Amino acid sequence: MTDQSSAVIGKPVSRVDGRAKVTGAATYAGEFRPDRLAHAAVVTSSIPAGRIRALFADAAEASPGVVLVATHHNAPRLPYNSMAQRPQVDPQAGDQLRVLQGPEIQFNGQPIAVVVAETLEQATHAAALVRVEYDPTPAVTRFEEAAKSPRKPGAGKPTDLARGDADAALAAAPVSVDATYDQPMEHHNAIEPHVTIAAWDGDRLTLWDKTQWVGNDRAEIAHVFGIPEENIRVVSPFVGGAFGSALRTWPHVTLAAMAAKMAGRPVKLELTRRQLFSAIGFRPRTVQRVALGAEADGRLTAVIHEAVGHTSQYEDYAETTVEPTAMLYSCRNLRTAYRLAPMNINSPCPMRAPGVITGVLALEMAMDELAEAAGIDPLELRLRNYAERDENKDLPWSSKGLRDCYRTAAERFGWSGRSAAPGSMRDGRELVGWGMATAVYPTHRAAASASVVIRDDGTAVVRSAASDMGPGTYTAMTQVAAEALDLPVERVRFELGDTDLPKAPVHGGSITMASVGSAVQAACVAARARMRALSNAVDPVRGADYAGILRRHGLPQVDVEADAAPGIEQKRFSMYAFGAIFAEVRVDPNLGTVRVPRLVGAYGSGRIINPKTARSQCVGGMVLGLGMALSEQSEWDDRFGKVMNANLAEYLVPVNADVPHLDVTFVDEHDPHVNPLGVKGLAEIAAVGVTPAIANAVHHATGIRFRSLPITPDKVLAGLAKR
Amino acid sequence: MHPFAYTAAQTPQDVTTRGSHPPHPDILAGGTDLLQLLKERVRTPAELIDINGLDLGGIVEKNGCLRVGALVRMSELAEDPRVKRDWPVVSKALLESASAQVRNMATIAGNLLQRTRCPYFRDVTTPCNRRDPGTGCSALDGLNRIHAILGTSDRCIAAHPSDLAVALVALDARVSILGPDGEDEVAVENLHRLPGDTPHMETVLQPGDLITAIHIPASGCASRSHYVKVRDRATFEWALVSAAVGLDMDGGTIRDARVAVGGVGTKPWRLRAVESLLIGKAPGPQVFKAAADRAADGAQPRGDNAYKVELLKHTVTRALMELGGCA
Repeated sequence: MTDQSSAVIGKPVSRVDGRAKVTGAATYAGEFRPDRLAHAAVVTSSIPAGRIRALFADAAEASPGVVLVATHHNAPRLPYNSMAQRPQVDPQAGDQLRVLQGPEIQFNGQPIAVVVAETLEQATHAAALVRVEYDPTPAVTRFEEAAKSPRKPGAGKPTDLARGDADAALAAAPVSVDATYDQPMEHHNAIEPHVTIAAWDGDRLTLWDKTQWVGNDRAEIAHVFGIPEENIRVVSPFVGGAFGSALRTWPHVTLAAMAAKMAGRPVKLELTRRQLFSAIGFRPRTVQRVALGAEADGRLTAVIHEAVGHTSQYEDYAETTVEPTAMLYSCRNLRTAYRLAPMNINSPCPMRAPGVITGVLALEMAMDELAEAAGIDPLELRLRNYAERDENKDLPWSSKGLRDCYRTAAERFGWSGRSAAPGSMRDGRELVGWGMATAVYPTHRAAASASVVIRDDGTAVVRSAASDMGPGTYTAMTQVAAEALDLPVERVRFELGDTDLPKAPVHGGSITMASVGSAVQAACVAARARMRALSNAVDPVRGADYAGILRRHGLPQVDVEADAAPGIEQKRFSMYAFGAIFAEVRVDPNLGTVRVPRLVGAYGSGRIINPKTARSQCVGGMVLGLGMALSEQSEWDDRFGKVMNANLAEYLVPVNADVPHLDVTFVDEHDPHVNPLGVKGLAEIAAVGVTPAIANAVHHATGIRFRSLPITPDKVLAGLAKR
Repeated sequence: MHPFAYTAAQTPQDVTTRGSHPPHPDILAGGTDLLQLLKERVRTPAELIDINGLDLGGIVEKNGCLRVGALVRMSELAEDPRVKRDWPVVSKALLESASAQVRNMATIAGNLLQRTRCPYFRDVTTPCNRRDPGTGCSALDGLNRIHAILGTSDRCIAAHPSDLAVALVALDARVSILGPDGEDEVAVENLHRLPGDTPHMETVLQPGDLITAIHIPASGCASRSHYVKVRDRATFEWALVSAAVGLDMDGGTIRDARVAVGGVGTKPWRLRAVESLLIGKAPGPQVFKAAADRAADGAQPRGDNAYKVELLKHTVTRALMELGGCA
């Protein structure tokens, strides 16, 4: 007999932290209030390259309420010890920005001073009184200039992949396309700004920080300051959106800890919205050439994918942009290359589906062009090139539900009713277009630990130093634990976001469920076994019996900790989540506006722990892709080397009125290989493929290829005028 | 934020008196734009004078004219049944502005006086003649996709951002101004100045002047009016191009016509040449299009905003077609 009440994996459980969030009871990093908290404001450079000739802080220091002004003159010289192994969230070559260690300026918006005052208002005012004189030097601020002599990433995964002879095959192909796609710089723009509160107690440091990885935050700051990791505690129970921007430990975290040390009291440092456009990273602008050659029947014979993305002068931030191209379709001849264009700009960083979303949009727009050139339906073209195994790694798939995704999404969309000729589906004056694209994202997993406490009141607390930036980690982990412990969800509490908890990997790359979930399950299975041993029962012990068992033994609680790590399966199988996205667009040919009335996505992503939060993930990803297609871009001024639309009024994320009917389906996918839970993660796959599906639909509506994103009215009108 | 003294005005005269003397306080009404400007240090007034406590509300219809108090919130005017019936272009222009939350805060007079969205104006580290006279115009050869093509000068090409102002200019609305020397009335069309050599002087208002009310006359054009706005996303965004149109019909003939446009001018822009091509004609696609073809006469695009020339014509055409029942 099974207790149905505790079989909660796969159930649409509402967010366990939902009430706390909507009532304001959830405490975000910036809301902690240590005694004697002072407030910091950052002064940033206003030139892209050069040196500070003179910095005058006297007016700021004399301003009311000011505690101190930290500059490169008075800031402590920090050791910045190198880490034995560079965390995967940091660029793998170059050196991180060292703050207030010297007069050098490497980008516009670089932190050059920190003002600490009794109130935020006093600090921000005094920050404006800091006067700086520069000796500017020539700066590289034009992407086109930097991209002329791009370089290979200095370290990290190889991005130049090759099999067969792609160039010869392309030249010989009966059908071919060769085009360049331009995706602009984008910023994450999470609603919660980045914020750090630092408090020293002797040589011990507490950081309340917005981070997707408390463990690495601790390690990085320990190395920067040259203190033992054990001396640092990082607390981050709630994150108000991050999309990858809180993976790294940014320079402002160091600034907060440095300022607190200098002030001898806790300091809160919160970046302004404008500073979020230079003090944290961004999705790099990426220009990509994709050339495809095919037989007359559409079967690919050649794939070439070359990408150039920009990076800073001090680090090589490289993305896996071209990697999906090597595995997504079957093709004997392939060549990829990824290069960097260093500029006077801060380092980019991962942003939801980093690299993959970028590479796939170019490949999938090119596939649409090939479908047109070959006279084949875009969906049929994908099916003819379906990869039955990973030809890049030469491994079988652990599972691949992509055919199901294509079929399901196409049916739900009504794809068979598409009329092939561009511009042939008018509705009144509007041009209607239907487009589709494939989505893909690798399934990774990392080692993780979790602990369980079962108490004699029949409740359990499960802990791991994971993060929940919005996907619903709290809820999904509670479900996994409740099911493994045979307890109702209400009797299980999951805690995360604290370095005092068992170690968890980064909350990024869609790995949390696979990694931490597996550890939670292992810990709970072990805890239940412990209870069974205590009860001397032959049958599996029931969750409802825990309280009685513990009381009989006079135990207030039992504690169990477990580790879980990936094994040999990673070498035996290629693991990816797949999806198919279909989009309808309406183009106003006179006004140039593009609206998207509906998006349909089907995803093969293994087991779905919580269909409610999973749907939310996918809906959010669709909105991200919609923004990338139609409105989002960080507008860069070459002359100043800075983003000019650095606020939420001018950086246009979609608003509700832009968001269409969103249809999300998960195809059944049982994957026995990926991890004990059989999950593949959803955060990134949900964002991939949406942009090219929309762009392809715009082509279907207008007959014009818009290869430079976003597709704004000015571009649409220019394109239509040339027609 | 620059430190400032805060005063709550008790009477309109408080504003005119304090305003006409140094340090010339900035007036705080809804604050939806001013707070942005203060936080970004685009404005660093030594004093703010808060007028929200003044008796400057109310929407009164009298002698065929709507008198709208300066402190009436955008949402209140937009939802007023008289406005929806007899001045639909005003309601539409307001409802296509900002977001519901902003419309609940922002005032009618403040909306007319909101500052440009030019990114250089709003970033104090870049040169801007409008913000810091004599420093230069960064938009001339910079990012100018959203900038004006009409009424520009070699000192400034910033577009005026208000939708409401476009509707009001179309309808010959006037503003009441209380100044240190008494009350005056100015057409909304004459409220804003062209940038010329002095882009920092945005309006005809003098220190100490307070807009107390807006007067919108009723007319055949007002009761049969329409607003079309083209923008980068569906809501909560300023216009790339917008058009306010009104047609007063005499049987099958256009007796009077009003056309004003936004997003393209350095101030709200009335198109009388287009109006004259409509008056006396029978409404129809050819007439509308022929008239709208003159909408961009004299336009001076500058790089990224070149698309606005054609878009302006299309937008005016669309607005006329929709109003004329041809769309």
